[in-house]
Amino acid sequence: MTSKLATVAATRFGLGPRPGELTRIGGDPRGWLKQQLRPVSLRIASSDGAARLEEYYEARGKGADEVAKMLRGQTREQFRDEAARRTLAAVTSDAPFRERWVQFWSNHFTVSVQRPIVLGLAVPFEDEAIRPHALGKFRDMLLAVARHPAMLLYLDNAVSVGPQSRAGLRRERGLNENFARELLELHTLGVAGGYTQDDVRELAKILTGWTVPRRADRMGPLQRAFVGGSSESDAFRFVPNVHEPGDKRLLGRTIRESGEAEGIEALTMLAQHPSTANFIATKLVRHFVADTPPQASVLTIAKAFRDSDGDLAAVAAALIELPAAWDPPLTKVKTPNELVISALRAVGATESPELLKGAAGSLQQLGQFPFTAPSPAGWSDEASSWIGPEAALLRVEWGLAFGAKAARNVDPTVMLADTIAGVASKATTFHIEHAPSAAEAVALLVASPEFQRR
Amino acid sequence: MTEILIARRSLLLGAAAVTLDAGTSRLALAAAETDRRFVFVLLRGGMDGLAAVAPYGDNDYARLRGNLALAKPGETDGGLDLDGFFALHPALAAIHPWYREGALLPIHAVATPYRERSHFDGQDLLENGTRSPHAANDGWLNRTLSLLPGDRRLGLAIGQQVPLVLRGAVPVASWAPSAIPAAQPGFLDLVREIYKGDKLFEAALASGIAASDGASVALGDDMKTMGQPNANGAPRPAAAVTLANAAGKMLADAKGPRIAVLELGGWDTHAGQGAARGRFANAATMLADSLVALRQSLGPAVWRDTVVAVATEFGRTAAINGTGGTDHGTAGAAFLAGGAVAGGRVAGRWPGLASGNLYQSRDLAPTTDLRAVLKGALRDHLRLPAAKLDTAVFKDSGDAPPLSGLIRV
Repeated sequence: MTSKLATVAATRFGLGPRPGELTRIGGDPRGWLKQQLRPVSLRIASSDGAARLEEYYEARGKGADEVAKMLRGQTREQFRDEAARRTLAAVTSDAPFRERWVQFWSNHFTVSVQRPIVLGLAVPFEDEAIRPHALGKFRDMLLAVARHPAMLLYLDNAVSVGPQSRAGLRRERGLNENFARELLELHTLGVAGGYTQDDVRELAKILTGWTVPRRADRMGPLQRAFVGGSSESDAFRFVPNVHEPGDKRLLGRTIRESGEAEGIEALTMLAQHPSTANFIATKLVRHFVADTPPQASVLTIAKAFRDSDGDLAAVAAALIELPAAWDPPLTKVKTPNELVISALRAVGATESPELLKGAAGSLQQLGQFPFTAPSPAGWSDEASSWIGPEAALLRVEWGLAFGAKAARNVDPTVMLADTIAGVASKATTFHIEHAPSAAEAVALLVASPEFQRR
Repeated sequence: MTEILIARRSLLLGAAAVTLDAGTSRLALAAAETDRRFVFVLLRGGMDGLAAVAPYGDNDYARLRGNLALAKPGETDGGLDLDGFFALHPALAAIHPWYREGALLPIHAVATPYRERSHFDGQDLLENGTRSPHAANDGWLNRTLSLLPGDRRLGLAIGQQVPLVLRGAVPVASWAPSAIPAAQPGFLDLVREIYKGDKLFEAALASGIAASDGASVALGDDMKTMGQPNANGAPRPAAAVTLANAAGKMLADAKGPRIAVLELGGWDTHAGQGAARGRFANAATMLADSLVALRQSLGPAVWRDTVVAVATEFGRTAAINGTGGTDHGTAGAAFLAGGAVAGGRVAGRWPGLASGNLYQSRDLAPTTDLRAVLKGALRDHLRLPAAKLDTAVFKDSGDAPPLSGLIRV
C-alpha cells in the first residue's frame, strides 16, 4: 500500500505519478520535493525572443500581408509544436514539482496568443523570463517579464508614449495604461492591494520607453559587445525619446526623474510591497491547498515571502512545510492541463510524434491549450471554473478516448497501483478492477474523482 | 438500453419532472411552444459604447475620438444613422434593419454600479448582480431561473463552462460542440457509480448528460458537422456564429431551455481599435453575425417571444488614448434585441461629452443603471414580480427601479 503522503506529494505538488514514482518517493515525500528546488537550465523554444522579433520584422518589411501570412502559417505551426514540447517536458520530467512551479508562474504572468503577435514569443517568454527566475527572486522575474517582448507587446507597453516626451509632443501619441493596470492588479498588489487610478497612470508614465527595439536600431555584434551592464538587448530597449519626463508619484512615494531607473525602482517597490506578498501567497495557497485559501496558511506563506525578500525557492520550501497542504488530500480539481499531463504521466508516456500530437489535441479539445488564456488574468485555479456540466461530460468522453489508446500498452491494475490506489474509494477500485475491458478500466481510472482531483 | 435513454432524456426536464406528473408536463411543454425566451450575451473585455453607438451629433465627439471617430452617416465608411444624433457602428450593419422594425433598442450611458476599472472585478459584479465584486457565488440569471415555474426552469450556457451569471442553486446545462466521440450510456452509468459521494462531479455529469441529450434532439445532424474552437482556444468569428446558431436551435425546441448565456470576447481595444475597420470592427462583426444566426435559428415564431440582452462590464475612455485605442472607462452602451422588444429608439439620458460632463474627467458618465434595464426586461418579458427583482435577483437594488417601456406588452 502506497502512503497517502506520497500520493499527495506526487499529485498535489507534482504533476501526477509516473510508474514507479510513488515507490521512489517512499517515506520521504518532503525530501523528494525539496531536492527539486534547484534551478536547472532548460530551453524549449527552438530560438529566442530576439530571433522571433527579428523574423517578425523581416516579414513586416515585406508588407502587412506577409506578416499575416507568417503568423497564420509557419509561426502558428511553430507555436503549436513548441506548446506540445512544453507539455512533453512536464509529462517526462523527473522533477515534476519544479515543472508545476514554472507553469504556475507562467500563468501568473500570463501572455496569450489571443494576440497573434504573441505566437512566436510565448514559449521563449517562459524560457527566458519565467524559468530562469522560478527559484530565484520574485523581483528579478518581474523585471524579466516587464522587459520581455511577449509581455511588452501583449499588454501594449511597447507602443505607450509619454504625452510630454519628445516623441509624444511631436507625434501626438500618448499613454497606454493596459500594462500598468494589469501589473498592479494581476502581477503584484492585487485588485484590493491599495492603489488608485492615479497610480495606474503614474506607473504607465514610469514605464514609457520600455519597449522592443525597432529593426533600424538593432545591435550589431560590435555594439552588443559594448552594452555591458545595460539591460538593453536585441529583445528589449529603453527609448528615452518616448519616456515621460518629470518626477512621478506612485503609492504615495515620489519617484525622481531618472529614465529607465524609474521603472526598476517602481517594480522593486511593488515586488517588496506587503500587498504583493499577500496577493502571491493567496494565489499559491489557492493552488496548493484549497479553492478558498485558509487565512492562516496565507499568512504563513506571505511571511515566508516577505522574510526572504521574495525568494521563490524559500517560498516553495515553506509551502512544502505547510501542514494544510498535506491534509486533507484531494480538495483541488485538476485543470484540463493538469489532467492531460497527469494521465500521460500515469501511462509512462515518452517522447514520440504521436504523443506530441495527442497531447496538443487533448489540450485543445478540453479547452486549455497552453498560452491561450482568455485574458491577462490567466487560467482560473478554481473548480467552479472547470467543472461545468459540458466539461464534466467531456472529461469522461476524453478519458474513454484516452483509455482506448493507452490500454494497448498498460495493465490497468498496475496503473491503479502506480497512481491512486492509496486514495481510491472502494467503488472506484471495484469498478476499475471489474471493468468490461482494459480500455474502459483505464478510462474509469482517468475519469474517477480520485484521479480528477489532486 | 432504451430505458437508460428514456431516463437520461427525462433528466433534461429537471425540476419539471419532479413537480408535475408526466401527462401534465407534456401538455405544458406542448403549450410552451411560444414561451418567452431570454438570452444574455456577455461581452467580455469592456465594449466601447462610444464606438458601438456613436454620438456623432455631440459637439465633442469628433474631437475626443480623433482617428477613432466614425464618418457621418452617408459618408464613406460612415456610421449607420439611428435617430439623427446616434449612429450604429458600420460593422453592426447586419442588425441595423432591426432598429427600423423596432426589434433593436440601444441604451446609452449605461453602467453597472461598479466604479473601478478592473475587468475581472467588473465582470464579477455584472454577473453576480450585487453592488460589489465577489459578494455572491451565484449569478442573477440563476436567481432569475429560480423564480420561473418548474417546467420552464431551464438554463443553458453555450460553452464548456457555466459562467458565474448562470451559476447557482438551480441546476443548469452547458453545451459546446465536441470532436471527441460520445460515450455509450452503459459506460456513463459506471462513471456515475464512482461519482456517487463526490457532489461536484456527480451533479455536473448528470447535467452534462442531460444537456447533451437535449442538444442531440434539437440539433440533429448539425452536431456532427460542428467543429471545435480554433487552436488558440478563442472562438473564431465563425465558431461564435456556430455557437449562436446552436443556441437558437436549442432554445427553439419546445422542451429546450428558456434562458441562455453566450459570451463573446475581443473588446479590450487598448490599441489598434480603428474606426470603421480594426479590432473593434472585428469584434462587432462577430457580435452582429452571432445575433443574426441566433435570430435565424430561433425562427420567426420564437423570435417574436425573445429578448436578447447584450451587456459588458464597463465602457471605455471618452478620448482616444496614445496608441489608437481606448482604456478602461465607466459608462457605455447596452442593447436589447428581439421580437418582444419595444425598440426603434435609443434609450437612456445622454450626459454629453463636454469635459465638465465626463465622469472623473475621462469617461462617459453613467446615467442609467444596467440593473434597471435588465430588471425592466425581466419584469415585463418574463413577468417576474418587481419586488423579487429588487431583492432576490439583483440584491439590494431598490434604488435602480425597473425601466418601463422596454418590452412590447
